[in-house]
Amino acid sequence: MAEPLRRDGRGAHPDRDFPAYRSTALRHPKLPLVPLHDPETELTAPFLGTGPIGPIDADLTAQHDGTPLGERIVVTGQVRDGNGTPLAGQLVEVWQANASGRYAQAEDAHDAPLDPNFTGVGRCLTDEHGTYRFTTVKPGPYPWRNHDKAWRPAHIHFSLFGTAFAARLITQMYFPGDPLFPYDPVMQSVTDPAARERMVAAFDLDATVDQWATGYRWDIVLRGPDRTVFEHDLPGDGGA
Amino acid sequence: MAERNAEEVREQPLTPAQTIGPFYGFALPYPGGPVIVPDGDLRVHGTVRDGAGEAVPDALVEVLQADPHGRVGGLFGRCSTAPAGRFAFTTVRPGATGDGCAPHLAFLVHARGLLLHLHTRMYFPDEPLNAYDPVLAKVPNDRRHTLIAVPDRDGLRLDIRLQGSGETGGDETVFFDV
Repeated sequence: MAEPLRRDGRGAHPDRDFPAYRSTALRHPKLPLVPLHDPETELTAPFLGTGPIGPIDADLTAQHDGTPLGERIVVTGQVRDGNGTPLAGQLVEVWQANASGRYAQAEDAHDAPLDPNFTGVGRCLTDEHGTYRFTTVKPGPYPWRNHDKAWRPAHIHFSLFGTAFAARLITQMYFPGDPLFPYDPVMQSVTDPAARERMVAAFDLDATVDQWATGYRWDIVLRGPDRTVFEHDLPGDGGA
Repeated sequence: MAERNAEEVREQPLTPAQTIGPFYGFALPYPGGPVIVPDGDLRVHGTVRDGAGEAVPDALVEVLQADPHGRVGGLFGRCSTAPAGRFAFTTVRPGATGDGCAPHLAFLVHARGLLLHLHTRMYFPDEPLNAYDPVLAKVPNDRRHTLIAVPDRDGLRLDIRLQGSGETGGDETVFFDV
């Protein structure tokens, strides 16, 4: 039998009904969700037939013949669960706009140049410490039609699975100090300032590579098992 | 060995969710995504609709299901609803799972305009075990039909309505708080 997940802490997530983000109006359920306790299916992790994942998949600057334009960055961090347990072997999928703020998708009509040397799609598996690492370029902000002068702050989309279907997370990583934060209803849909801050990466000198790339650190915490936690499960010295 | 209760170790607050956005189509779908079981004899399909009844062409539907013996984990699928709001999976009928649930497919729906994905399920029509399913038992009678697929000439159809219409919204798909 699969382990139940902790049900606390989920208030960090946005309310699906968030009028300032207009597209939520017709896309959020109005009726209450039905509680599902200890369902075997949703408490199981999918086996992902990812096929081989190589270094190129995690280096978004090396997927074409030439070098993409923009500010080269390293984005790295740890994936762990709510109990602090690092999650090894986790598939991390990322996608983003290029340095000009344009996605390599036909439907993106933003009048900014495509970059023939940048697709903006990456994936990797976390190592034994739960660490992921991507090399990419810093995405540009881009306009959208939610409201007058609406611009999304620069962000990288992340997709993770965790240890159960119910631990699945799709989210966005933002860059520190972006002046667009207060005007972005997607980011502001996370109403707790501390929770919002957890979506913002930190500039990290350790992740910075001399003469090559600036580094950002962003840790990701997914729902974990609801069980009594013993000292030896805790990271570091655990505290007492 | 010291033991601390769960409250005291909430030192790892969760990373909040954000919408998948409109432009994931070049990134997340993969060629074999809609094929949960190659050469499977079951086709599961449907349309994702919004509160106005309009098809949602920028949703991503993911499925996790048991194998015919009721074992969960190996069978996963992913299908974008571009360009017309429709999804379709090739799979096999799962067995009943060990928790007493009738055969079912677990669905996750992601979409632009959906800040946190939604869980729902597909059950099979004319399945005697549905009457004993502990999840269906929690669903109000008049909404249970939104979880039960409808046979048609293409296989089994499960339309997903993100938001019901009118005052009562009774045609809204049942979503789960897992």
